[in-house]
Amino acid sequence: MASLRQIAFYGKGGIGKSTTSQNTLAALVEMGQKILIVGCDPKADSTRLILNTKLQDTVLSLAAEAGSVEDLELEDVLKIGYKGIKCTESGGPEPGVGCAGRGVITAINFLEENGAYDDVDYVSYDVLGDVVCGGFAMPIRENKAQEIYIVMSGEMMALYAANNISKGILKYAHSGGVRLGGLICNERQTDRELDLAEALAKRLNTQMIHFVPRDNIVQHAELRRQTVIQYSPNCQQAKEYRTLAEKIHANCGKGTIPTPVSMDELEQMLLDFGIMKTEEQQLAELAAKEAAKAAAAR
Amino acid sequence: MSRDTENDAAFREKLIEEVLSAYPDKFAKRRRKHLAVSKAPEETAAEGESVLSECDVKSNIKSIPGVMTIRGCAYAGSKGVVWGPVKDLVHISHGPVGCGHYSGSQRRNYYNGTTGVDAFVTLHVTSDFQERDIVFGGDKKLEKIIDELEVMFPLSKGITIQSECPVGLIGDDIEAVAKKKNKEINKTIIPVRCEGFRGVSQSLGHHIANDTIRDWVLDKKAIEFETTPYDVNIIGDYNIGGDAWASRRLLEEIGLRVIGMWSGDATLAEMERAPKAKLNLIHCYRSMNYICRHMEEKHGVHWLEYNFFGPSQIAASLRKIAKQFGPEIEANAEKVIAKYQPMVDAVLAKYKPRLEGKSVMLYVGGLRPRHVVDAYTDLGMEIVGTGYEFAHNDDYQRTGHYVNAGTLIYDDVTGYELEKFVEKIRPDLVGSGIKEKYPVQKMGIPFRQMHSWDYSGPYHGYDGFAIFARDMDLAINNPVWGLFDPPWKKADQKFLEAAE
Repeated sequence: MASLRQIAFYGKGGIGKSTTSQNTLAALVEMGQKILIVGCDPKADSTRLILNTKLQDTVLSLAAEAGSVEDLELEDVLKIGYKGIKCTESGGPEPGVGCAGRGVITAINFLEENGAYDDVDYVSYDVLGDVVCGGFAMPIRENKAQEIYIVMSGEMMALYAANNISKGILKYAHSGGVRLGGLICNERQTDRELDLAEALAKRLNTQMIHFVPRDNIVQHAELRRQTVIQYSPNCQQAKEYRTLAEKIHANCGKGTIPTPVSMDELEQMLLDFGIMKTEEQQLAELAAKEAAKAAAAR
Repeated sequence: MSRDTENDAAFREKLIEEVLSAYPDKFAKRRRKHLAVSKAPEETAAEGESVLSECDVKSNIKSIPGVMTIRGCAYAGSKGVVWGPVKDLVHISHGPVGCGHYSGSQRRNYYNGTTGVDAFVTLHVTSDFQERDIVFGGDKKLEKIIDELEVMFPLSKGITIQSECPVGLIGDDIEAVAKKKNKEINKTIIPVRCEGFRGVSQSLGHHIANDTIRDWVLDKKAIEFETTPYDVNIIGDYNIGGDAWASRRLLEEIGLRVIGMWSGDATLAEMERAPKAKLNLIHCYRSMNYICRHMEEKHGVHWLEYNFFGPSQIAASLRKIAKQFGPEIEANAEKVIAKYQPMVDAVLAKYKPRLEGKSVMLYVGGLRPRHVVDAYTDLGMEIVGTGYEFAHNDDYQRTGHYVNAGTLIYDDVTGYELEKFVEKIRPDLVGSGIKEKYPVQKMGIPFRQMHSWDYSGPYHGYDGFAIFARDMDLAINNPVWGLFDPPWKKADQKFLEAAE
């Protein structure tokens, strides 16, 4: 393998970033890639399916115990999971206190300085929620991740989030060289989901890299703290993740500078797809309903 | 030296334009509003008030990035000015170590008591934030510090938490800590949200600190205190070099009882019982008018501004104050003024001949640029330029009561502007802060620090005036200025050339 590829998964909270990324990375490791996962979420659940357990020793929790990150050794925080995937979690404060963003910066700097990135083909960042502050933008700043994959679905808020993250990427695209790798649509079975995802991808000047269908087997695997790849290697869903992994692997250097749209344009797109209704439409529907009710009452 | 007001004014107007010409147009436009030459008043003043000039400049606006401003921050306003001098509270500088360390002991707030036992002004306590405190929040550390302070200083009456910038950025809930610890140790704990990035200068810090006095100190417990009809508070005197003590003596001599000094040499008890006073006497209007207005509204305590710099202002202020308390006190005031007159005469006899006609430029904080003016004029000196770091509009209105038309007025002056003004006007004395001192002296111009009294003081009251006159004489008539030219340069060469 030539040089280190750094990728990151972003997306709206609860969209399935961690699940998608871990399944994809499990498929990538099968392809012979050496992988490091950097979880950038205070909840520290970015490596649970790979390690088959929740990682307790996060960088920041150990640093807090020891005094500072300078007192840590890399071995303390680096654990080996499924087929040799190296796993680490930044960790962070409990909800409502402190500055988790600063924690991400501290943790990533520590990992880099201590050689966690040596001898791997892929570094994958799994970042919580939206781009909320400078700290969580760390992986897209300072030449960290080169390609960002946005996990989204046909739901409106997921589209908003995808657009917002694109703004974050655009901000650093010219200074740091970060690119948008593509959208990964995690099916929610909303109306015209595939069309919408492809339309948004087009608008953002990127591609919908893969449409991951919904399958309950993901839940079954997750309950057992496993990826689908590990739990049921031959099922259809495992094949989907392998396809996604292959596509990402082949997507090296093909990332683009996104062209985020305004809120109005985004809403117009939803109107065009008939997902969102204009006020007139809503009023007309309401009136029709009332009329039906009145007719029934009579 | 006779004054040629019109020519002076024209020269100074031209000087402003010259100074502004160094800026890009956009900034010149912005800065122009902060610089002016005071004008003769258009209307005659309301009864009893003599207005000498109009000092109309824009003020209390954000400084321009990239210029050297001489302002401080909200933390400086709260910890450094208002809260810091309260002696029986321990003040925690909550955040990284620098703010607390570099602001330590700068204002020379004198106090009685045993440091480290029952008085804590010169003690520096900081939570010394590390990366871990930023990431995980500093609340737990704050609780621990309060516990430790309670063990180390059992005689303290309470604690204030002075927030530095990061506390506001990470959103620590210092109010919750204050409430919790207040229940546990049963002492007053005051959380102050004076993060340095708030506001345009230290002025907001004063306001925030005043608000915390209102919210966390006043009316918090039942106060047993026997009052008299002659009770007053000294508000806005920080006892720099003993100023508040000098003021207190005078007020006591005319028969008043000072029941609180805010906040020089103050105790928490003095602050708590302040609303029981008859009258609040306010010296530094800028930093403490807020709490006076609150006490007026809530407790019906009226307030009165006064000025104890220089004999003419002292006499006027004593009469104004005495008038509030009836004929007996008024008679006392006259006696006191008469008593000190021989001393004033002696001071004037000694120093006025040495200082008469000397010109002065001032650049200080929020009060002294106007309050000390008459102390100079009493000595026959003349103010040719003055300005404030963080004054508001009402301060500039009040400035017109003190300075003549044709005076150069500069608000939030930049390092460059002040240097240029001093260089071109070449006054006989400049009064400003430590950062301005050495550049001015290197220009060959005498200088006095007017924040810290240059490690001298007090300057308030009659005693203070004697010291003030002596200090100004020491600065201006120091033989060192005659040695300014190096021996290898001809004696008749002017300073100007030497400075270039």
